[in-house]
Amino acid sequence: MFVKNCIHFITTVCLTLSACHSQHDTQESKEDSIQTTVSASDSIDQATGLVIDEALPIVKGNCTACHSAQLITQNRATREGWKSMIVWMQQTQNLWDLGNNEDIILDYLAKHYAPEQVGRRKNLEDIEWYDLH
Amino acid sequence: MMKKKKGIHALYAEDPIEADRRLWGRVSHAESRRGFLKRSAIATMGMALGGNIVFAHHMPAGLIPASLAHSIQPFEIPGKDPGLVVLNDRPLNVETPAHLLDEPITPADKLFIRNNGLPPASLNVDQWTLSIDGESVQKPKTYTLAELKSRFKSYTYQLTLECGGNGRSEFNPPAQGNQWTVGAVGCPAWTGVRLKDVLQDAGIRPDAVYIGYYGKDVHLSGDPEKVVISRGVPMAKALEEESLIAWAINGEDLPLMNGYPLRLVFGGWPASTSGKWLYKISIRNKVHDGPKMEGDSYRVPCEPVAPGTQVPDENMCIIESMPVKSLITYPRSGARLSQGKKLDIRGHAWAGDLAVKDMHYSIDFGITWQPCTLEKPANRLAWQQWKAQLTFPRKGYYEVWAKATDSEGKAQPMIVPGWNPKGYLNNACHRIAVMVV
Repeated sequence: MFVKNCIHFITTVCLTLSACHSQHDTQESKEDSIQTTVSASDSIDQATGLVIDEALPIVKGNCTACHSAQLITQNRATREGWKSMIVWMQQTQNLWDLGNNEDIILDYLAKHYAPEQVGRRKNLEDIEWYDLH
Repeated sequence: MMKKKKGIHALYAEDPIEADRRLWGRVSHAESRRGFLKRSAIATMGMALGGNIVFAHHMPAGLIPASLAHSIQPFEIPGKDPGLVVLNDRPLNVETPAHLLDEPITPADKLFIRNNGLPPASLNVDQWTLSIDGESVQKPKTYTLAELKSRFKSYTYQLTLECGGNGRSEFNPPAQGNQWTVGAVGCPAWTGVRLKDVLQDAGIRPDAVYIGYYGKDVHLSGDPEKVVISRGVPMAKALEEESLIAWAINGEDLPLMNGYPLRLVFGGWPASTSGKWLYKISIRNKVHDGPKMEGDSYRVPCEPVAPGTQVPDENMCIIESMPVKSLITYPRSGARLSQGKKLDIRGHAWAGDLAVKDMHYSIDFGITWQPCTLEKPANRLAWQQWKAQLTFPRKGYYEVWAKATDSEGKAQPMIVPGWNPKGYLNNACHRIAVMVV
C-alpha cells in the first residue's frame, strides 16, 4: 500500500516538475531486487530500508522527520536500549513526547532491530573475491 | 538531448520554502517557520510518507522528510569519491573503504565525513569571521578570514584525523550510533595558522583550562537556537605547534562537508575535537561543557567495565589521544593469487599523540608475527607508511593481519578491546582475506 502511495506521489511530483520519469521507472524496476538485510522473511520498504509491518507509518512519521532511517537500520539494541535513545533524543535533540506511539515504536524496533550475538570478533564476511596478478 | 532533471534535493537546496510550496502546497507560519497553514499540505506530505505526520505543527519549514531524502534521487556527495560508503544520509556520515586510503597523503575526495547536524545552509566567505572569547581570554577579538591569513604565519602539516567511533560496528553488545567499520580516518596535509598564535594574540589568562569551539552547522531539528556540537581540548593540546585553524586540505579549500571555510584540526585526537564551520573559540576557565562534551559522548569508562555495563556519568572520562592503529590499504580484501607468487602488502599506522615504533603482520591468525618496513612520519602526528613482502606456504584461505606498536610499547589487540557504552576506540588489528589457488 505504501509503495503504491509513494509511486502515486512521485507521479504527482513529476507532473508538477516534468522532471523525473526515468527515476519513476527505476523505482518500479528495483522493487523485485530489494535485498533483505534483516531476515529472509521480512520485507523491506524501499524508500527507507525499514522492515514493513503495521507500525511502519508511525515509525516513519516520528523518526525520520529529523534523521535518516539509516540511523535505525544500521543499529541493533534491546527494547531498553532503544528506549534510552528516545529519551536521549527528547532530552537533547528536540524530539517530542511520543504519547501512545512510544510503545508501538519500541515494539517495532525491539522486534526488527534486536541485537545478535556476535562474540568478540566476527568472521570476515561478504568477501568479494578477485584475481590478483 | 538530455532532459535536465531536478530532484527533490536540488529543489530544497535552491529555496526550501518554495520547495515546500511546490511539492506539498505547504505554507508554514511566517514567524516560527514551523507547522502548516493549509491542512491539505499535511495530507499530501503524509500520503507520500505513508502515514500521518505526528506533531506536524512542530515540523520546521523547508525540511525534506528524511524518508524521501534517499528514495527519489541517487545519493551523490559533491567533491567525494563515489566509492565512499554512506552510513547515514541525515546527518551525513560517510566512510572510506581501506583500499581507497592507499595514498600516503589522503586526497580530499577520500576523506571521511562525520556530521552531527546539517552543514550551514548558506555561506558568505567574505563576511566569515572567527571570534575568540571566554572567561579566560584577556581581550576578546574577532578576525576576518583575510586577517587570519595575513596577520599570522601559516603552516602545513599532515595530520591524522580519526573519528572516535571508528570501528564501532564490532562492539558486542552493539553500541549506538553510526556503525563505522575501519574507514573513518584519513591523513591529508592541512594548511592554516597555529591556534596558539591566535589565542596568544587575544591573550590567555593564567586560569585557562580548555578551549571550546562553535561552528555554523544546523541542528537536525531545524531549531536555530540549538548548538549541534561544541567540543574542544585542554590548553596543553591547544597550544601544540601542530594544532591548526585550517582553511585548506592539500592546497585546496576545505570541502564543504569537511568544514569549509574554516575548521580546527587536532591530529591524533578524536576528530570531534576538530570543529568544522568554525566561527568562535572560547577560552574556558573550566573543562568545556558544550553539547557532546558530557554523558556518554566521546567518553569512556574511567575504569574498565564488563560488556553491557551501565556506567554512571561521573565514572566516564573524556577521550584524549587515540590509541595505536593501522590499516592494510593494499591489496583490497578478497585477493585470489597463484601459489608461489609473492604478495606485496602495505598500509599506514598511527598512534594518537605518539609515534609508531614497530609494525608486524601475521598470516596464521596471530600465532607468528613478521616485521614490516616502517617509514618515519612526514611530521609529528602524521600516519606512517609500512610495507612487507610475503609468501604463503600452501594453497588455501588466509587472513593477513596487521599490528602496530606505539613508542610506549602498546600494540593493537587481535580481538575487540574494552567494551564501552558508545563503542569508541576499537583499535583491533585490521584483517584482509586472501585465497591462494
